Amino acid sequence: MEALLSLFVKSVFIENMALTFFLGMCTFIAISKKIETAVGLGIAVVIVQAITMPANNLILNVFLKENVLLEGVDLRFLGLISYIAIIAAIVQVLEMAMDKFVPSLYQALGIYLPLITVNCAILGGTLFMVERDYTFTESVVYGFGSGFSWMLAIVVLAGVRERLKYSDVPAGLQGLGIIFITVGLMSLGFMSFSGIQL
Amino acid sequence: MSLSPEARKVLTEPLIGNNPITLQILGICSALAVTSSMKTALLMAVGLTTVTAFSNAFISAVRNHTPGSIRIIVQMTIIASLVIVVDQLMKAYAFSTAKQLSVFVGLIITNCIVMGRAEAYAMQNPPGISFLDGIGNGLGYSIILVGVAFVRELFGAGSLFGYELLTLTKHGGWYTPNSLLLLPPSAFFLIGLLIWIIRTKYPAQQEVHDFKIHEKHGLGNR
Repeated sequence: MEALLSLFVKSVFIENMALTFFLGMCTFIAISKKIETAVGLGIAVVIVQAITMPANNLILNVFLKENVLLEGVDLRFLGLISYIAIIAAIVQVLEMAMDKFVPSLYQALGIYLPLITVNCAILGGTLFMVERDYTFTESVVYGFGSGFSWMLAIVVLAGVRERLKYSDVPAGLQGLGIIFITVGLMSLGFMSFSGIQL
Repeated sequence: MSLSPEARKVLTEPLIGNNPITLQILGICSALAVTSSMKTALLMAVGLTTVTAFSNAFISAVRNHTPGSIRIIVQMTIIASLVIVVDQLMKAYAFSTAKQLSVFVGLIITNCIVMGRAEAYAMQNPPGISFLDGIGNGLGYSIILVGVAFVRELFGAGSLFGYELLTLTKHGGWYTPNSLLLLPPSAFFLIGLLIWIIRTKYPAQQEVHDFKIHEKHGLGNR
């Protein structure tokens, strides 16, 4: 239990998906203009990450690892294509299920759901899970934690950007340039967590 | 070999004028994460350029046979297969560097440059020119990647490709490395500054301010 808790804290603060590994940067920068949309997208990422990570863990352990499907067959080279297929399929199913059962949430998340398929935080999380050989329970915790870390980062950035609108930035730095520097400073702040031993 | 003007434009425009990273905001994730040394940056750049060029060519070749509703899945399958090939090749010929790249080779699949060019260019143009467009955009990405990695490795570790150029103090030399440059945040600062330089040189790329700050409040000439 304690190990799982420390894995969660580690995935949220010390190994923040967006600020330490720079995953999901395109959406992170493109869709962080307003706090409301950032929260919506963040929630969607947490849900998708928490579902796809254990699903991919099962795929890895049941089909792909050496000798599990057939004796002497190692299918790990098919990993990438199966993970991305699983992610795309789950996002699609989730979209349909939400439309049917929780239309209000579906309306709120709307356009962000399909975008998540190509968010590298999702595939990146899965690949980290594979690289570190997490068990099923660990993958559930890591999925939830890493999704949450991404949400935390995008909401904080959206908050900063809402204020930044009113400041006087040099013309060449306006927009993309100043966002990069802001994210750099945030990332520097998050580095202070890296000293924590768990 | 002489290229037609169209081909030349497709090849050179993404280098600075329409750079995928600094202007189109595509493929930033890996640009930041793999630039702490020249070796990893160069391998990543080669990998991405290859994948973009070939995926553009293949997607463009099947573009008239792909129904619009399933095109994303078709593109994903083509890109994922190419990335698997690149990943296996890297593991076979450059194992230790590929190990350092860790998950980022796999993440070429979700790199927005590949998808973005497939969607924006390859779906409308014939294979040959799409291939060149892929190479052009791959090179635009490579320039930024290698440039950032050059600064980070040279001033952060005093070396290039692992060879020590500026003798470090710990080896009895004169150069004290700025280890901040090896930490993740420095990549953000460097790219931010790079964007500033490029946009000062090409004012057409500048973004418009959402609000106009009133002159009276004395914030200088805008």
